[in-house]
Amino acid sequence: MPAVSKGDGMRGLAVFISDIRNCKSKEAEIKRINKELANIRSKFKGDKALDGYSKKKYVCKLLFIFLLGHDIDFGHMEAVNLLSSNKYTEKQIGYLFISVLVNSNSDLIRLINNAIKNDLSSRNPTFMNLALHCIANVGSREMAEAFASDIPRILVAGDTMDSVKQSAALCLLRLNKTSPDLVPMGEWTSRVVHLLNDQHLGVVTAATSLISRLAQKSPDDFKTSAALAVARLSRIVTSASIDLQDYTYYFVAAPWLSVKLLRLLQCYPPPEDAALRSRLAECLETILNKAQEPPKSKKVQHSNAKNAVLFEAISLIIHHDSEPTLLVRACNQLGQFLQHRETNLRYLALESMCTLASSEFSHEAVKTHIDTVINALKTERDVSVRQRALDLLYAMCDRSNAKQIVAEMLSYLENADYSIREEIVLKVAILAEKYAVDYTWYVDTILNLIRMAGDHVSEEVWYRVIQIVINRDDVQGYAAKTVFEALQAPACHENLVKVGGYILGEFGNLIAGDPRSSPLVQFKLLHSKFHLCSVPTRALLLSAYIKFINLFPEVKSTIQEVLRSDSQLRNADVELQQRAVEYLRLSCIATTDILATVLEEMPPFPERESSILAKLKKKKGPGNVTGVDDTRRNVNGANSAHPFNDLLNLNSPPAANSSLLVDVFSEAPPDPASAPPPDVSDESFSRFVCKNNGVLYENQLLQIGLKSEYRQNLGRMYVFFGNKTSSQFVSFSSSVTTMNPQVNVHAKAVDPVIEGGAQVQQILNIECVSEFSDAPLLSIHFRYGGAPQNISVQLPVMLNKFFQPTEMTSQDFFQRWKQLGLPQQEVQKIFKSKHAMDSEVTKAKILGFGVALLEAVDPNPANFVGAGVVHTKTSQVGCLLRLEPNTQAQMYRLTLRTSRDSVSQRLCDLLSDQF
Amino acid sequence: MQFMLLFSRQGKLRLQKWYVPLSDKEKKKITRELVQTILARKAKMCSFLEWRDLKIVYKRYASLYFCCAIEEQDNELITLEIIHRYVELLDKYFGSVCELDIIFNFEKAYFILDEFLLGGEAQETSKKNVLKAIEQGDLLQENQSADWGGLPRDELL
Repeated sequence: MPAVSKGDGMRGLAVFISDIRNCKSKEAEIKRINKELANIRSKFKGDKALDGYSKKKYVCKLLFIFLLGHDIDFGHMEAVNLLSSNKYTEKQIGYLFISVLVNSNSDLIRLINNAIKNDLSSRNPTFMNLALHCIANVGSREMAEAFASDIPRILVAGDTMDSVKQSAALCLLRLNKTSPDLVPMGEWTSRVVHLLNDQHLGVVTAATSLISRLAQKSPDDFKTSAALAVARLSRIVTSASIDLQDYTYYFVAAPWLSVKLLRLLQCYPPPEDAALRSRLAECLETILNKAQEPPKSKKVQHSNAKNAVLFEAISLIIHHDSEPTLLVRACNQLGQFLQHRETNLRYLALESMCTLASSEFSHEAVKTHIDTVINALKTERDVSVRQRALDLLYAMCDRSNAKQIVAEMLSYLENADYSIREEIVLKVAILAEKYAVDYTWYVDTILNLIRMAGDHVSEEVWYRVIQIVINRDDVQGYAAKTVFEALQAPACHENLVKVGGYILGEFGNLIAGDPRSSPLVQFKLLHSKFHLCSVPTRALLLSAYIKFINLFPEVKSTIQEVLRSDSQLRNADVELQQRAVEYLRLSCIATTDILATVLEEMPPFPERESSILAKLKKKKGPGNVTGVDDTRRNVNGANSAHPFNDLLNLNSPPAANSSLLVDVFSEAPPDPASAPPPDVSDESFSRFVCKNNGVLYENQLLQIGLKSEYRQNLGRMYVFFGNKTSSQFVSFSSSVTTMNPQVNVHAKAVDPVIEGGAQVQQILNIECVSEFSDAPLLSIHFRYGGAPQNISVQLPVMLNKFFQPTEMTSQDFFQRWKQLGLPQQEVQKIFKSKHAMDSEVTKAKILGFGVALLEAVDPNPANFVGAGVVHTKTSQVGCLLRLEPNTQAQMYRLTLRTSRDSVSQRLCDLLSDQF
Repeated sequence: MQFMLLFSRQGKLRLQKWYVPLSDKEKKKITRELVQTILARKAKMCSFLEWRDLKIVYKRYASLYFCCAIEEQDNELITLEIIHRYVELLDKYFGSVCELDIIFNFEKAYFILDEFLLGGEAQETSKKNVLKAIEQGDLLQENQSADWGGLPRDELL
């Protein structure tokens, strides 16, 4: 046996472990384990009762096998038996097995809890400790239920041994974490707090952890702990004379306890009591002073323990954020660590300074270390340290150093690890926006980002630059010029083409005066990138082209030629094809006035939280983006003038589900594919299946009413737009998009101004060419108080509107019913009734659906039978229907027969939804 | 502390202690991921790293890596010294501890850890007190086995 074997040394176990270690392959190991499992199983099942030692040995072997990573499905009972052994080592192995392999088998839990109960009441401290360790290790709800009320009593009882108190305190801590509702502390609170005064430092150490946890959850109940913690800390830190004996660790007095006490104090604000406050300040100063003293040992343990206390003290100083001198001293101390030869200290100093940067007292002091931090970003060999440096630069950034920091981040980006590039891009984009004084710098920075790390520039970033350029007219000309120049590069990133296409489409006119960037040159430049781009980018470019036609009549024919080419008009991609067809058509038929209206410049975007910041928060977790904190920067007053201040406001909730794609394109030329989804529920649509008049849509501003009439395959709809406000709607337009050519809708033009309180009418002429299922979409755009409003509503034009009722006799009905006997001609649906089953209402609905209601046809008078013909331009489709109510079951059965299966299906879907 | 792992340079797990409830599957996944991450790091690198929403503190002693996962507000340096104190305890108990001691006496390694840390917090930081508790246990077992030479005993009753 190669190793020492302390204690009784279970020889069989050692042999088994040796065997496993000698296995040459995984297969051999599994084989050996299976052999052992079979052996143990037979021993456990055997007739001969096993003695405690053997039981212990086998249970220990099972545990070893489990820890190797194999499943164990027996032996739990034997382990539980060991718990009630009165031999310490057997009990100990039993508890270890239970702690590691806890099984929620309820019978076993009862037995385990029984054994624990016995040991807890044994008054034998070693047994009590084993039981408490087991509860702390398992921490299950069942155990909390059984023991949560006993343990506080053990913890505060006068005659409890110190070591048991320690176990009891941490046992309670664990139960409080897993089942806080089961650990009532009420009556024990003050006695638990007074454990901070205990003579035994081990008890104080364990109790401080427990009290910290409880104070975090209910600070008021444990308020008195703060004063005791300060007193205790002061005795440890400031009195050199006390010998803490074994609690001194490498010449540092009780470092673990000190850290825990400082942690506990972070649950509370600075003490109000002046004496206490100065005593604490004295402690913190002493800790800072000690950092300057020469080390008492060269061992790293000495410096680690000392600095652990120092960093915790700094955390407390930052938490209080009330003592400027301490904050600045802390910052200076961390500044020294920034250049320490220990990587660990450099890492922690960078991390700690991040939080100091957000305090108004120390922000300036942190900034003085900028060169060191930049140097760390450039020279640290460990990427996790460089990451901290990057975070700190982000946190210390303000208007005074933004240009320098952004420039350093950009230069780091070029060689940065791929894993953190996207984060750098987001940080640069946020800082550049937040601290831009002149927006030309902002535009340059973002274009640089795209040039250097285009693949890592997410959509949010390029959407944002477009939003900002559109919202700020002072930068539009510069942006157009800059993207134009950037696009000259032979190979540029697709994101640049997107930004370029969008910006030139909007503001290309601002640079068109220069013959080097004439309209034709701009167009050719954009179009030279077209073929290398993905579909969404090409779609964007097509929109830019139609905007060009509006901006520059002189290139109209060139662009029309491009749109007309087969590669556009017959493009395999529907989106591209549709854009090409529609834009070409638009450019041919629309007058310049209409064109100018439709293709008007984008209106400003509504201001809201930067989606980039939201993205960074998501990436890093909300706690980690505190660096750019508006409250702090208000101190130097520079922020109030900042136009985008509230866009970045961390306190405002992120725009709910804001889809930037819709924002960016919603004011683009009419484009059904990217139109916002109808914001009216199907319910409103469904209400019009059986009626022709009513209110279609209503919000705070606008009401839309309908009146309609149909004759054969034609219909006319009067749409009434009511302005509910007292001010004008301007640039009002309402248009109809049909989803397919089976329905034509011609909308008459409508007055572009609706006065407050007024109503205007629009007439729609509708033609049903052939059967259809998708309803046309009514899109309304107008401006109210300067803000653009977009509303889209499904128009209730459905197939049944083109019904002509047909009266017929019972005989005719059944004859035709039989003729439509092919399985695909019939559609049947059985459904639960949604409304009260009133036969008069049902009759009215069937009539409203458009068919004739045939009386005395069905032998069962409770059933409804109807007939009608759907008229389309190309055909007429006869339809028979039968509705059978079952009032007992509150169900209906609807059967429809027509000569076309698709018509049967569509009509059935429409009608079945009405009952 | 959320958990502590001991593993060898070859990536063999030697000890695992979990202070938060996790499924066996999740434990195996975490172990695999961390062992891989840490073994890939170079010697002079920093002992701390961010991992998921936790902080990992690790240190290598000869052939063994000791790795702890702590929470956002926990202190990295004191955790590093928790590791060191545990190594000292093992060393004192076994006498120049090596990986083999921990393999062959894994149950002792767990007992010592339970006396030192409980529920993820330091319970007793005095080396003497921890070892006293462990040796008391050993004394109990040595008394028991002394009479019987460690052989299986037949119970009289």
